[in-house]
Amino acid sequence: MNDTASTARDSASTDPGGKPGRIGDVILRVENITMRFGGVKAISDVSFDIRKGEVRSIIGPNGAGKSSMLNVVNGFYQPQEGSIWYNGKTYSPMRPHDAASNGIARTFQNIALFKGMTTLDNIMTGRILKQKASLLEQAFYIGRGRSEELEHREFVEEVIDFLEIQAIRKTPVGRLPYGLQKRVELGRALAAQPTLLLLDEPMAGMNLEEKEDMSRFIIDVNEHFGTTIALIEHDMGVVMDLSDRVVVLDHGSLLADGTPDEVRKNQAVIDAYLGVAHD
Amino acid sequence: MFYREAGQFKTSYAADQQMLPIPMDRYFVIGVVLVAAILIPAFGSQYWIESIMVPVLILSIAAMGLNILTGYAGQLSLGTGGFMAAGAYMSYKVATNMPDFLPVWIPVLVGGLFAAAVGIAFGLPSLRIKGFYLAVATLAAQFFLLWLFQSIPWFVNNSVSGVPSAPPTTILGYHVTGAQAIPEAKYLFVLTFVVILAIIARNMARSRVGRSWMAIRDMDIAAELIGIRPLQTKLSAFAISSFYCGVAGALWSFCYINTVEPTAFDIGRSFDVLFMVIIGGLGSVLGAFLGAAFIFLLPIFLNNVPGWFGLEIATDIVAHLEFMIFGAAIIFFLIVEPHGLARLWQIAKEKLRLWPFPH
Repeated sequence: MNDTASTARDSASTDPGGKPGRIGDVILRVENITMRFGGVKAISDVSFDIRKGEVRSIIGPNGAGKSSMLNVVNGFYQPQEGSIWYNGKTYSPMRPHDAASNGIARTFQNIALFKGMTTLDNIMTGRILKQKASLLEQAFYIGRGRSEELEHREFVEEVIDFLEIQAIRKTPVGRLPYGLQKRVELGRALAAQPTLLLLDEPMAGMNLEEKEDMSRFIIDVNEHFGTTIALIEHDMGVVMDLSDRVVVLDHGSLLADGTPDEVRKNQAVIDAYLGVAHD
Repeated sequence: MFYREAGQFKTSYAADQQMLPIPMDRYFVIGVVLVAAILIPAFGSQYWIESIMVPVLILSIAAMGLNILTGYAGQLSLGTGGFMAAGAYMSYKVATNMPDFLPVWIPVLVGGLFAAAVGIAFGLPSLRIKGFYLAVATLAAQFFLLWLFQSIPWFVNNSVSGVPSAPPTTILGYHVTGAQAIPEAKYLFVLTFVVILAIIARNMARSRVGRSWMAIRDMDIAAELIGIRPLQTKLSAFAISSFYCGVAGALWSFCYINTVEPTAFDIGRSFDVLFMVIIGGLGSVLGAFLGAAFIFLLPIFLNNVPGWFGLEIATDIVAHLEFMIFGAAIIFFLIVEPHGLARLWQIAKEKLRLWPFPH
């Protein structure tokens, strides 16, 4: 990991009050979610919360229900039981459009970019809910049809600068290497200026250097834009360094919930997932 | 194009987001439109204008329409002929029943809007079914619509033959539709629609609506999760695509065949337009024009080739050869360049940019 970043972060998270200053109130509560696919229980009665401004990780072995959990939070899966409380409203269930229009954006485990479109167009799609021009204005490229395009292009260029992908602006994303595609996908999520950003294994399949870059982007997004982040990741070094609090799932049930240190020392978590170093 | 894209720096996003950001492209397209609008009607022969330019331009409109649906929004459709018929019959009905002082482009637009409404109705299954299954659903539209217009005499003002002549209408005293109109007037009337609809298609492709279509085409699940509503997006593609087809159908009846008849819009027409889109290039406005010209002109070209070499071949053999060569050309194209003529043009430009150096 990037040393300076993690030390800065450590000092921030050991605030005397126990709670770091950048972290606010609870903005999302997952309440007793149970999700079944036929006879398989992917998630059973899981509850946890996410506070404003924190980096919240969800970890667990394969098949623990982590991705399903994110899919429930942004409405792609509709669970049989339970509800999502988000920003003062209870959704049971959350619907994709509710999630998107209330500032929940996400990236996917298997990249889900629009392969035939350029990097620029892909990131511009992240702004779609903020564009209000009528069809006629768009058809003739007048009024808001034109001014919105320019205004959102300007914002998208800031995202492109931030992610350092200026050179591939006009390249169709299907031609980009994996690491860059992951970055473009993060860009598309950021373009929506989300309140809550769900990242599903943003570093899967990356080499050390790419992981370091991605970690830096995640920290910057969290600290500079104040975006709340829910993260699924298998690299424990990354998880323990980045997260403020960690949820551990196993076989669809909540195994532990707490700070990285608490989770690391939890015997159930060690048995189910982390394991111990053999002497 | 012997010009360079290197060194053309943009200093504002407005300049970078123009429809044709490279000045040379812009001058070239403006030049083509000027030639089409001034030189061709002034110097082109009657046969050339009436029998080649007019139908190619009208089919380009239909191809642009299908390209919006299939190329941009990724929804396969075989109902193009039916939507064209919807436009033709409704604009005939309006043209023959409206007060004289209304301009002639109104019935054409109303025909387009009617086709758009029909397109929305037949687009509804697209939320549930995809790919070949959707193609079959749109095939139902093709047959149902033709049957409908043949069965309800109201559409043709209870005409006895069922195949009425296109109504003669005028702009500034010149006939632009029907049998009396001179080819140049029809041609300019059609060209106006082509230019405006092409500009609109390009504008939509670079705006929110175009990006929503492409997002649905490339990854519908991700599109839905970033807030694009699949039903509205697909239906808007069906509506706008059918609008283009409806306008093309109205113009086809009014300015080319001069009658309103179902055989002009049969399943063969749907396939023709689909071939135009595939061969021209999916997701490209330029491709619609290239495809329409290719599909319409290749048979004429093949028909004339033996004559140029002084070969005396029986007309029936020529006709069969035409089918065979045409079929082979389509298969060859699909294998060699599945992205169509528009992509070939792009590759040629990329190669010429480096020429004569290999890298």
